[in-house]
Amino acid sequence: MASFQLQINGENRAVNVDPNTPLLWVLRDHLSLKGTKYGCGIAQCGACTVHLNGTAVRSCSIPVSAIGNQPITTIEGLSENGDHSVQKAWVELDVAQCGYCQPGQMMSAAALLKANPNPTDEQIASSLNGNLCRCGTYLRIKQAVKKAATL
Amino acid sequence: MSRTESKLSRRNFLKSSALAGGGLMISFSWLVSCNSKREEALGLPEEWFELNGFLKIGDNGLVTIMAPNPEFGQNVTTSLPMIIGEELDVDWNKVIVEQAKFNTDVFTRQFAGGSQSVRQGWVNGLREAGAAAKYMLKEAAAKQWGVSASDITTKEGVLSHVASGNSAGYGEMASLAVGIEIPETLELKKPSELTLVGTARKNVRGKDIVTGKPMFGIDYEEEGMLIAMIIHPPAFGMRLKSFDATTAKQMSGIKEVFTITSFPNDEPRGYFSTDAFTETVVVVGNTTWEVMQAKKAVRVEWEQSPATQITTAGFGGTQQVTVPAGLENSTDHYRLMQQMAARPGRIERRDGNPEAAFKKAAKVIERTYTAPFLAHNAMEPMNFFARVTDDMVHLAGPLQAPEFAEQAVANRLGVPLEKVDIKMTRMGGGFGRRAYDHYVVEAALISRHMKAPVKLVYTREDDMTNGIYRPSYHATYRAALDENNNLIAFHAKAGGIPESPLHANRFPAGAVENYLAESWQIDSNITVGAFRAPRSNFIAGAEQSFLDEVAEAAGKDPIEFRLELLKRARENPVGDRNDYEADRYAGVLELVREKSNWDQPEEGVSRGVSAYFCHNSYVAHVLDVEMEGGEPRVKKVTCAVDCGIVINPLAAANMVEGAVVDGIGHSLYSYLTFNNGATEQNNFNRYRMIRHSEAPETIDVHFVKNDIAPTGLGEPPFPPVFAAVANALYKATGKRHYNQPYMVQQQISLG
Repeated sequence: MASFQLQINGENRAVNVDPNTPLLWVLRDHLSLKGTKYGCGIAQCGACTVHLNGTAVRSCSIPVSAIGNQPITTIEGLSENGDHSVQKAWVELDVAQCGYCQPGQMMSAAALLKANPNPTDEQIASSLNGNLCRCGTYLRIKQAVKKAATL
Repeated sequence: MSRTESKLSRRNFLKSSALAGGGLMISFSWLVSCNSKREEALGLPEEWFELNGFLKIGDNGLVTIMAPNPEFGQNVTTSLPMIIGEELDVDWNKVIVEQAKFNTDVFTRQFAGGSQSVRQGWVNGLREAGAAAKYMLKEAAAKQWGVSASDITTKEGVLSHVASGNSAGYGEMASLAVGIEIPETLELKKPSELTLVGTARKNVRGKDIVTGKPMFGIDYEEEGMLIAMIIHPPAFGMRLKSFDATTAKQMSGIKEVFTITSFPNDEPRGYFSTDAFTETVVVVGNTTWEVMQAKKAVRVEWEQSPATQITTAGFGGTQQVTVPAGLENSTDHYRLMQQMAARPGRIERRDGNPEAAFKKAAKVIERTYTAPFLAHNAMEPMNFFARVTDDMVHLAGPLQAPEFAEQAVANRLGVPLEKVDIKMTRMGGGFGRRAYDHYVVEAALISRHMKAPVKLVYTREDDMTNGIYRPSYHATYRAALDENNNLIAFHAKAGGIPESPLHANRFPAGAVENYLAESWQIDSNITVGAFRAPRSNFIAGAEQSFLDEVAEAAGKDPIEFRLELLKRARENPVGDRNDYEADRYAGVLELVREKSNWDQPEEGVSRGVSAYFCHNSYVAHVLDVEMEGGEPRVKKVTCAVDCGIVINPLAAANMVEGAVVDGIGHSLYSYLTFNNGATEQNNFNRYRMIRHSEAPETIDVHFVKNDIAPTGLGEPPFPPVFAAVANALYKATGKRHYNQPYMVQQQISLG
């Protein structure tokens, strides 16, 4: 067990956990931030995507001890009132079916748009290729990313 | 006006109103918290008035409608309340939707499966619930105004009496409407009178989903909750011998390690109580990560199981089943299926004289199709919460069949049904997997043992290796053409491990004079079950691929060829047990032909067509593909759907889009194989699922417009995708694909 001071969604949060604990489980089990999802545990499905220093990462595969003072943003902190351009576009285009993978999809999309405000179809596909969706919402995700780029 | 008997609904409505006393309804805060922002924005009422178990009206006109069924992405949380709201004439902008608890006193068929939620809801009480409340409001207003209720009209939450100039919002009349008796029959709207149904409405949970609200089973928590995981045998055909948890028990955060038996062999099991690994080792601790680590530290010895007798309760009554012993391999599976296919099968249907017709045929075409086992891979891994006390069994989590789960838990724990309470959380997918209840029983047994609230969580590896899979299938088709290229005989022989995918009375049965359908199956200890459009998800692909090849051999356009057969089935059907309406079947083919511009394809595009009827709806797809560096790239899919009245065109199109993407992925990439009883894939690094870059560029969905009672969409658009892909690939490459998944070069069943 060790103590860590994490900067999450603009707040300082202290946790006392095994240093090997992946960020995903720190968020979900210790900080009750349930928006970040468990899907595979091996960085293959993207359901656990969060921003670390503004970059999209798989929180299931980053031990809490590797984070240091880098700021973390989760779906809960993507915007104050759920009005990030990606969130607005997702609602506008009725993207979700079951909705389980969507926080991860949106975190990947938000990071992409920050780095590339006007991505092509191919750039969207390659940036989000690590985010699985069994419901098959890929087309609306692509449309929503393009819509978000205009908001 | 159409009229409907409302006796059943009346009983249920009265019961629920009596329970709630017509006043404030007590909600369960965890699920309702998801709505708080929207409720605040709309302005909370001072008081709620429950008019029946499906809805309550606030004194400010806000209406809460219950979503009675489990939600797993089919959007019933929006569409079922729309059906209720339609008959009530609500202002949809003033509606709050609440997920109902599992409650057989009020609701019927709280089940997600078989594409039945909308279809059964339409005829089983949802419209009556809205109509009954509207009746009560009208009666209340009539009394208040001293006018006849029949002269009062309703629109978007407002009651009006034109002659007297009176009008009032529903909120003003709600308190007076409570307790008004409803008549034996209620007037329901005609299709032409529908105003809410048929309009595009966004998912009522959209905002909660995009802000990451805790709404799924895996998000559920209660004070003092522990985390549990199970360790199951590494292979089908094996069982627990012994375990040593000395090290694991000393690890940080670990409470206990013990075994449970989900279903004892000597007790009859329910219909959805399929479970290969009934005896498992359980690790319980404080947090998920700690339990995951301790799980690895438990030393377990396994042994091969002998053949086992179990009693299952199917829809056709109880039966004795022998689960065979042995560690199975995919290579053997394929060889066994070939052997079975070569023997006479069980004849399911026979029309005319197929043997004679094949003998005199000018041309005989024979082709064999196969498909592997598949894992469901719902994105939310299996999980369930249980808090078992001396008085009650509290359960919460993602499940498709709560009525079956309640029974299974009550039986296993030896408590009466009324002592089992189930909260249905949103499901992160289900696709059939969450119809089974072993994990619900496991959670309850663990909580009882721990005397504490427990959430059981499967790792992805547990989920994929302890599956209730889509079976592996095999189908051989033969067709006989005469010298004029007329289809004179058709023979389908299909089987699988451990069930046959055959539907003997489906198209082209009824359209061919001489017809033979045979089934066979091979026993296995690998557990299988419902997977999005069971059986259809394979046989549609086989049949529609074969018909494409027969059309080509007959020198006919594949759509025209099918339409000719359907014309025969309509005008002069063979036999009287044909499970489809030829007109509606032809209707989707004609619509897809028009909308895809079938007769004038774009240059350089290869297209395939496929149509299928299952789960009460008709779907046809035209799929356009291009090859890029040896890999297929699906450009566009045009879909024509006949599901009767479309409740919510936005959500309906979403369902079709999703099923098309899912179908493309499973036809091209996905498979599960076995080596000595163990799956060779246990996570997404080895099990290939379709990804963004493999999805089509465009999916264009069209609905046949008619006034037929609505049917479902969760399953019907899925099965025909497999053949649309195969037929388009053939046009693109000249190669026919017979073995799913098509992009695995070596037939995967051969290992």
